[in-house]
Amino acid sequence: MKNTVKAGTKLDSVVCETQIMALRVPEEDLDICCGGSPMVTGGAKQGEPAAGFDTGTLAGKRYVDEAETMEFLCTRGGAGSLTVNGVPLGQKQAKKLPSSD
Amino acid sequence: MNLFLILQMAADAMPHRIAMVSGNDRLSFADLHRLATGAAHLAGHGRKIAYLAENSAAAPVALFGAAWAGAAYVPINYRLAGETTAALLRRLGPHLLIADPRQQDDSRECIAPAAFIAACAAAAADGREPAQAEGGIAVELFTSGTTGPPKAAILRHDNLLAYILGAVEFMGAAEDEATLVTVPPYHIAGISAVLSSAYAGRRIVQLPSFTPEAWVRLAREEQVTQAFVVPTMLQRIVAFARQNGGLELPRLSAIAYGGGKMPQSVIEAAMELLPDVAFTNAYGLTETSSTIALLGPEDHRAAATATDPQVRRRIASVGRPLPGLEIEVRGQDGACVAVGEIGDLYVRGDQVSGEYHETGSLCDADGWFATRDRASCDAEGFLFLDGRADDVIVKGGENISPGEIEDVLAAHPAIAEAAAVAIPDEEWGEAIGLAVVIHDGAMAPATAELADLIRSNLRSSRVPSVIRYYPQLPYNETGKLLRREISAMLADPA
Repeated sequence: MKNTVKAGTKLDSVVCETQIMALRVPEEDLDICCGGSPMVTGGAKQGEPAAGFDTGTLAGKRYVDEAETMEFLCTRGGAGSLTVNGVPLGQKQAKKLPSSD
Repeated sequence: MNLFLILQMAADAMPHRIAMVSGNDRLSFADLHRLATGAAHLAGHGRKIAYLAENSAAAPVALFGAAWAGAAYVPINYRLAGETTAALLRRLGPHLLIADPRQQDDSRECIAPAAFIAACAAAAADGREPAQAEGGIAVELFTSGTTGPPKAAILRHDNLLAYILGAVEFMGAAEDEATLVTVPPYHIAGISAVLSSAYAGRRIVQLPSFTPEAWVRLAREEQVTQAFVVPTMLQRIVAFARQNGGLELPRLSAIAYGGGKMPQSVIEAAMELLPDVAFTNAYGLTETSSTIALLGPEDHRAAATATDPQVRRRIASVGRPLPGLEIEVRGQDGACVAVGEIGDLYVRGDQVSGEYHETGSLCDADGWFATRDRASCDAEGFLFLDGRADDVIVKGGENISPGEIEDVLAAHPAIAEAAAVAIPDEEWGEAIGLAVVIHDGAMAPATAELADLIRSNLRSSRVPSVIRYYPQLPYNETGKLLRREISAMLADPA
């Protein structure tokens, strides 16, 4: 199943608590999965993350593909891990800044 | 994208953490979320939410509630004269007005902050969630109007979210962290404090009316770990610490400052008096959704202990740009100037709005925004500000920066403060006027001595045609020097 997403689109995992929001995506339909199952907008939870797709997501972390053509913000963490078109997304490393306000 | 996401995530991940303390009000993130839902119901129907009151728990509730409903949140300076306030409110169009009781009059309908909170609680009681807006304008802030009538700066959901996501780590704060907020709600730093504290999971402690005594007392009572202050506040805290032999705030570990030029003597004294506090200088503008450059604690320490003058002078730097932002310092021909040369500062990035109701976007076709600050960059990218472009004195075609003259005078032992401003001059178009404040108990130097000092350190074209002493210089309440007023004082023949 392919998702048509744009910046701001929120997607929920059907196999865990994970919710993500697209920050930056290419203009093409993407097969976005969490825990090995396609992500949906506001669907009911059914089943568990598949083996190999269960390293988990963390709220507040940003996830990118290797070439950084797309970026998602994890808005709620869960047990599944994220893939797009079958390729795992990695956590983007951000420099920690001192609080300025 | 909707800014409400920040509170949504905080309430999901840490519902029971205390989000804010204001007087006797203590709200958890879950409380704040529930009340903001109520505020969204109240805003609805395309009404903005205007906030004309001192800081209170109602301010963040209104900010997030308006965001949810897709209505602009418009905090307004409660110190303005009645006529000015009325004129600003007329410009808003339909709005729900939250106002302190003393701001209320018969000509307008409004609700007090405490009553607003109660109304939000009632509106949220049935648990119905209103539809969440897609985004658009999140906040409108009237500029302080130091150089003209106030303009309404527009900050969109996308601008503010870009700043928060880029600069703040989600749940990056430990559960016992608390920040003391003294900037008023209508200042960009007051907005960003609410957003970044919620995203970091840090408790906000509001102090609506600043005095050093109240600041220290509240910091102690609430076990505050960090604070943001404008330069005049730090100056008064330093004076208070000197009188009392320290602050006795063992939990206080960080102070960020910004909102105006920090006198070097003040930050140096603060670092010496509070050796365990990490200092961060934050430079930003309303139009850039708050901070665009930071001089962090390591940079402060490196500068304070350096023997290399290039590193030493960085104590007066505003640091380096945030990741994800680009800056350029350009000359009069529009090309980038060389390292160390002063020019006009431009900035580009997702957090930059550069937009006003009156003018639309002021960004150029490539997205660059002219900050109208003068600046230079050193070889390692540290940024130094050199006043506002509008403050440059144009004397017979020569551009003179007030900062170069003020810096020379700052080194004089009797001088507490000096401001160089443009005054009208028949021969040169503009001439230099100088207003000087001397330290308590010091003797005022002869004006000829000051003229000599400037001539020998700079050159004769920098010598002021008028030098006068004043007991103090005029500032607005957030610590901005009012140069137009000083020009008027100096141009007055009396």
